[in-house]
Amino acid sequence: MTLVAKAAAPGVKVEEKLFQNRYLVDAGRPHIRIRTEGKPSQELISMIYMCPAGCYSLSDTGKVELSADGCMECGTCRIVTAQTGEIEWNYPRGGFGVLYKFG
Amino acid sequence: MIEEKFDAIVVGAGPSGNAAAYTMAKEGLNVLQIERGEYSGSKNVQGAILYADALEKIIPNFREEAPLERHVIEQRMWSMDDKSHTGMHYRSDDFNEEKPNRYTILRAQFDKWFSSKVREAGAVLLCETTVTELVKDTQGNVIGVRTDRGNEPILANVVILAEGVNGLVGQRSGLRSEIKPDTVALAVKEMHFLPRETVEARFNLKGNEGVVIEAMGTITKGMTGTGFLYTNEESISVGIGCIVSDMSESGVTPYDLLEAFKEHPSIKPLLEGSECKEYAAHLIPEGGYKAIPQLVGDGWIVVGDAGQFVNAVHREGSNLAMTTGRIAADTVVWLTRRKEEMSKANFLEYEKRLEQTFVMKDLKKYKGIPALLHSNKQNFFGLYPKLISGALQTWFRVDGVDKVSKEKEIFQSFRRSRTLLGMMGDAFKLVRAWR
Repeated sequence: MTLVAKAAAPGVKVEEKLFQNRYLVDAGRPHIRIRTEGKPSQELISMIYMCPAGCYSLSDTGKVELSADGCMECGTCRIVTAQTGEIEWNYPRGGFGVLYKFG
Repeated sequence: MIEEKFDAIVVGAGPSGNAAAYTMAKEGLNVLQIERGEYSGSKNVQGAILYADALEKIIPNFREEAPLERHVIEQRMWSMDDKSHTGMHYRSDDFNEEKPNRYTILRAQFDKWFSSKVREAGAVLLCETTVTELVKDTQGNVIGVRTDRGNEPILANVVILAEGVNGLVGQRSGLRSEIKPDTVALAVKEMHFLPRETVEARFNLKGNEGVVIEAMGTITKGMTGTGFLYTNEESISVGIGCIVSDMSESGVTPYDLLEAFKEHPSIKPLLEGSECKEYAAHLIPEGGYKAIPQLVGDGWIVVGDAGQFVNAVHREGSNLAMTTGRIAADTVVWLTRRKEEMSKANFLEYEKRLEQTFVMKDLKKYKGIPALLHSNKQNFFGLYPKLISGALQTWFRVDGVDKVSKEKEIFQSFRRSRTLLGMMGDAFKLVRAWR
């Protein structure tokens, strides 16, 4: 858990960065889901700081929660949790998701 | 649904997919290209440097119409500690040539243009469509794809997988295993806009001249990785990337890393007063030669990032992507004309041709580098940049201390932090991996 505390310290607001970006959100059809109900693995917990869009957070009950609206589809969480199988990761449906103007 | 059978289906419209689709369509093949984004480029992220040679071999006169930002006349390589940078700069008026060698580009715009050439050449492009799986016949040969637009398969003689670093289609069809966290980097990047006169004044440029900065050191906080800053026409691309397994252990967020890089006293004045208009993240396959998966099978070929074709040492990727795409396409055209099967055995020709190019030669040359840097990351990305910076500061500061004492102090600073044998070992391993 120390890792999480460390991540929160410097306080850059990732939301402000994501605000620059264009998205077409596929409402009600998130392309990433957390599969497990049990205790999150260290890999899944690491996504709380590793996700470049800050999509993952820790709930009061110690569960890892996901809001994929700002996702940039990099695939980091998919690769980090490939062994634990805690994440179901797909590309958004064709046309949805992040839309880079500059890339 | 699409009833006809295509000569080839290309999955993805990045540099490798566009190179492949263009090359085949131009030779008269019936090509379908499928892209999940709204347009080619809408999902794509790169620094970005375009290496002219790879594109010139596909579209010789691209300079007349492609959206190019600046041609690179100066390369800065920086070793950084927290307050300093030690630089090796190379700038030459020779790079102001009639056909410049390297350009900065904005990928979303460049890819859109490349894609327009693909369609002009006669390929059919289906956007906003995600390929969900490969279709195989009873013998296990790949004969087409399924997409998220209807269940009917779309058939082709060959499927070229230009699906990028995540490569879900190939992985889920069992063509290759999942990429490992220690062979892939996560890079984040921002686009900072400034008036073009400001960019030119700040970097000592005129006209369309451009500068690129590649940086390593304490900016990655002991992780294997690099930072970069590229000048575009009226913007600056700034970013930083580290190996995923290192980031996983570090507890640092990618955006904090980027902010710290932007706040570095050597970087901050270059971005002063700019307006950020986009924040992007992407994975870069950096495992090198040893991470290259199986590239061909019955009815399929892999090109670009999906095949791990990135030379991390030289920060080259899009040129390897375009070259693998072109050569895969050449192979398919050659087999089509000879009325040969699109079989694994016949696709070995693709691998054979790749072996003759810089792609495989360079990746082979550096096959030991990714593992070496990764296993010595504290030294190469932390200790040595600090020691070099400290040594130069001691050397350049005039403070009444005599030069012999300064030399001693520098020598001791190295000895205190790393044994002579350790340093010699690092140097030896680096030289051996480089050769």
